[in-house]
Amino acid sequence: MINTQEIQLWEVFIRPRNGLAHRHCGSLHAADAEMALQAARDVYTRRGEGLSVWVIPSAQIVASDPQDRDQMFDPADDKIYRHPSFYDIPDDVGHM
Amino acid sequence: MPLAYRKTLIRQIGQHAHSEIVGMLPEGNWITRAPTLRRKAALLAKVQDEGGHGLYLYSAAETLGISRKEMTEELISGRAKYSSIFNYPTQTWADIGTIGWLVDGAAIMNQVPLCRCSYGPYARAMIRVCKEESFHQRQGYEIMITLAEGSAEQKDMAQDALNRWWWPSLMMFGPPDGESMHSDQSALWKIKRFSNDELRQKFIDATVPQALRLGLTLPDDALTWNEVECRYDYGEIDWNEFWAVVKGHGPLNKDRVAARKKAWDEGAWVREAAIVHARKRAERVATPMAAE
Repeated sequence: MINTQEIQLWEVFIRPRNGLAHRHCGSLHAADAEMALQAARDVYTRRGEGLSVWVIPSAQIVASDPQDRDQMFDPADDKIYRHPSFYDIPDDVGHM
Repeated sequence: MPLAYRKTLIRQIGQHAHSEIVGMLPEGNWITRAPTLRRKAALLAKVQDEGGHGLYLYSAAETLGISRKEMTEELISGRAKYSSIFNYPTQTWADIGTIGWLVDGAAIMNQVPLCRCSYGPYARAMIRVCKEESFHQRQGYEIMITLAEGSAEQKDMAQDALNRWWWPSLMMFGPPDGESMHSDQSALWKIKRFSNDELRQKFIDATVPQALRLGLTLPDDALTWNEVECRYDYGEIDWNEFWAVVKGHGPLNKDRVAARKKAWDEGAWVREAAIVHARKRAERVATPMAAE
């Protein structure tokens, strides 16, 4: 008896049109990449949702820990000089 | 994430997924007997959508730490519930119209608020589901219009289906507010945004004019427009019937679970074959020379 628990999980990304980025739309189980791609086509593009599909094994995604959110992202909060509105440009210079 | 919140979501999303999958059975029953090719293509697409909806929902539940396999085993062992409406039989073609119109209509009423529920993966799955269900309800109502404007026999068939599905459709919103087991906590957690009775009322107010437009009558003598409240008042729902079906005594509870078990058992070799095929192909790529 083969352990069917090992049918792995894949994350599916669809690019709706040329010029847009692939965007996460869901996940599915498949035994290998080719079957994942076929299943993603069937499940997530039944109404012309996409022109391109990516499938990525879920286990391959490395994610930040929500508990580390503050130490990961706080440092950007006090660096307002990274934004264009921080800089004073005289009105007569016009749009910049 | 609090354990009780996680458990509640696993239960609710799991039940929701099972409902989509079991919901394929009553309609699948009519695919081969659809009256025209147009109707057949639409019904096939609808049933295929339900399969997809089940899959989105199982995936959402899996993010909470339960596996697809565990959920399927809970369903076929009878430990997990699904919507009681799918334990009723589809006796005539008009039942297909009525299911699309009423059952999908009630499901949409339930699901639209879930698009803004507190758990992201569930909310995102619901957005996709709601977009797709709109076609389901419209194709159902179109079947009803065709029958209602057809021969006397066809109109009778439509009326008969409405008579049988109306009350079970109202039961889809669950027990009255005072008796609902999980409602208060789910409202606090922002999983549930409207009460069972509120959603039921919205559904009735939206659906009664649609029934009148068909020239059909609703099987409820107490149904009247309430001028003061600007809503329909309706008769007593038979909650004994509801609880009997929930507890497994509906017309088709045993058949539905048996059909799922059969599909799961008979599909075992396909799941195994997919794994063996994937392994063999991986080995071939890893050792191209050794194969020669």
